[in-house]
Amino acid sequence: MSREQEYVLRTVEERGVRLIRLWFTDVLGQLKSVAISPAELETVFEEGVQFDGTAIDGFSRIHESDVLARPDATTFELLPWAKADEPSGRMFCNIENLDGTAFEGDPRQILQRNLGVARDKGYTFFAAPEAEFFYFESATGTPTPLDNASYFDLTTADVSSDLRKSTIHMLEAMGIPVEYSFHEDSPSQHEIDLRYTEALSMADNVMTLRLVVKKIAMDRGVHATFMPKPLNGVQGSGMHTHLSLFDGETNAFHDPDDEIGLSAIGKQFTAGLLKHAREITAVTNQLVNSYKRLAETSEAPPFVAWARNNRSAMIRVPVRKQGKAESARIEYRALDGAVNPYLAYSLILAAGMRGIDEGYELPGETSENLFDLSDGERRELGVEPLPRSLNEALDVMEESKLARDTLGEHVFEWFLRNKRAEWTEFQSRVTPFELDRYLGSW
Amino acid sequence: MDPLLVFPTAPPELAQVLDLGGWAWKASPDLDTARAEQPSDGWVGAVVVAGDETEEAFRLCRSIRSGDIHVGSVLLLIGGGHLASLDFREDLFDDFCLNPFHPVELEARLKHLFRRSGQVARAEVIEYGPLGMNLETYQAVIEGKPLDLTYMEYELLKFLASHPGKVFTRETLLSRVWGYDYYGGARTVDVHVRRLRSKLGEEHASLIQTVRSVGYSFGTSRWV
Repeated sequence: MSREQEYVLRTVEERGVRLIRLWFTDVLGQLKSVAISPAELETVFEEGVQFDGTAIDGFSRIHESDVLARPDATTFELLPWAKADEPSGRMFCNIENLDGTAFEGDPRQILQRNLGVARDKGYTFFAAPEAEFFYFESATGTPTPLDNASYFDLTTADVSSDLRKSTIHMLEAMGIPVEYSFHEDSPSQHEIDLRYTEALSMADNVMTLRLVVKKIAMDRGVHATFMPKPLNGVQGSGMHTHLSLFDGETNAFHDPDDEIGLSAIGKQFTAGLLKHAREITAVTNQLVNSYKRLAETSEAPPFVAWARNNRSAMIRVPVRKQGKAESARIEYRALDGAVNPYLAYSLILAAGMRGIDEGYELPGETSENLFDLSDGERRELGVEPLPRSLNEALDVMEESKLARDTLGEHVFEWFLRNKRAEWTEFQSRVTPFELDRYLGSW
Repeated sequence: MDPLLVFPTAPPELAQVLDLGGWAWKASPDLDTARAEQPSDGWVGAVVVAGDETEEAFRLCRSIRSGDIHVGSVLLLIGGGHLASLDFREDLFDDFCLNPFHPVELEARLKHLFRRSGQVARAEVIEYGPLGMNLETYQAVIEGKPLDLTYMEYELLKFLASHPGKVFTRETLLSRVWGYDYYGGARTVDVHVRRLRSKLGEEHASLIQTVRSVGYSFGTSRWV
């Protein structure tokens, strides 16, 4: 029994915890939970919890259906929304095969494996997401926003701003520090920016954030959604993510003498991410609907390019206040909130590390507004578009050795199969657009 | 609280066990220093680290037994390859522990040897302004309300709150609280301090101060 496990056992006893929720994530990025009683906790630390994974997305295998959930004691948190007389806690789990080896379908361990590869080269990977989402009156029917405010608006007696405030309190109480939050551009759209942390903790935090946002909305009788593009005609929800590598105590992306403040490592990482961006898009933007957001002309740049101040580029290199070496970073703007953070961070890291390993050259900065150019003009600049549909993204991913190696055979194959089916189903549906456009005129 | 004598130096793993266990200690690199620096009523105990030159360690033990240096009880840390050298020297120490040691075993032996005698008073409770920490039950409260901490948040707060007013660099915090084998780097400390502050709440977040270009400190010293 480790000290961390003893600490959890003691806390459970002292605080009279009634229920412990063991959390894990399926391949599509949905949070799953199995609850145990405190009496079972010590045994569960030793032996894990065995369950049938067949019904979990991405967990089914041919030969064996049972897997083990092993709680990570360092992630134990009391749930701030539990009733005072029924305290409950949660821990994230790793999923193992019955023989104790890592289960190949467990996204959390896929990320751990990839972080391990970077760590062996001396790097720690940090991430900080800007999560956007909408509040609507209900989860079904035509989405109805709660307000008609806009970017940075300070509204009085505004239900949705109240919801956001409660959400932030709860996140802070769970040790998830919030850097900024504000009303976003679209009606009833909000943004919560988390303070950077190491990527595994951040992936856990993103899972917690989505639950807390939805839970608080539900308690107030409304619906919160991270769906990338729920409304026509206004901007969708993304999850722009700030990325950096640390080499021991120093930010490996920082170079005070460089024109843009980015080190050779930072440039190679960025070059890797640009070069492989198309191959990882099926995971960073995994829904049919994700590509409706990428078809926008503002905050969701679908062009494989980088710049300091150019909203049409997919990667932004923020201009920093002087002397802030530790905040050297790049911002990946393609990601949306309907993502499996474990898999997305794995692929982003692998693409960046490939750039470092092979010493990729960073292409020139893009200063043109890419939205104003034709396909031909963009091609002349050497700027490729991201895949325009889930189907195209899957085609590119299928050919990617990087994606296959990073995710492992099991998840790579399952993901492609599952997402191909999603695309086929979408393709066979008649949409309102088609009815509006064709029914009358043909 | 009277300190333990550590001879000749404390490797990081030992320093961590001693600090996290709340033991007061002081390392003396040689016999003369141990003699010169002993408190007026002697050392309450000694942790003697026998390296490859075991004779040096036994020389200290003999000085203790002969009354040359005053020490309550002696715990010997010795490598597995040197076990044979303990033969016929059983009178020189009160207990021993194999080195490298398991932190939990060493902690148990320390408690067994030094607490039974009642000479070393270990702090069971840390109280500082609105903050209370019960080290036996791992529970922390702020203004009487329970503070829900993860293990590392708890250990970090315990370490900081045990030394009010003292400024620690990130490197020191990392080595003393996380241990040297932790790979996350100094930024891990920033991340955890920020998490702790968010749990302490706006009102009490300033208990942990950022000392510009140095590190962090907790509250103000009780002795100044």
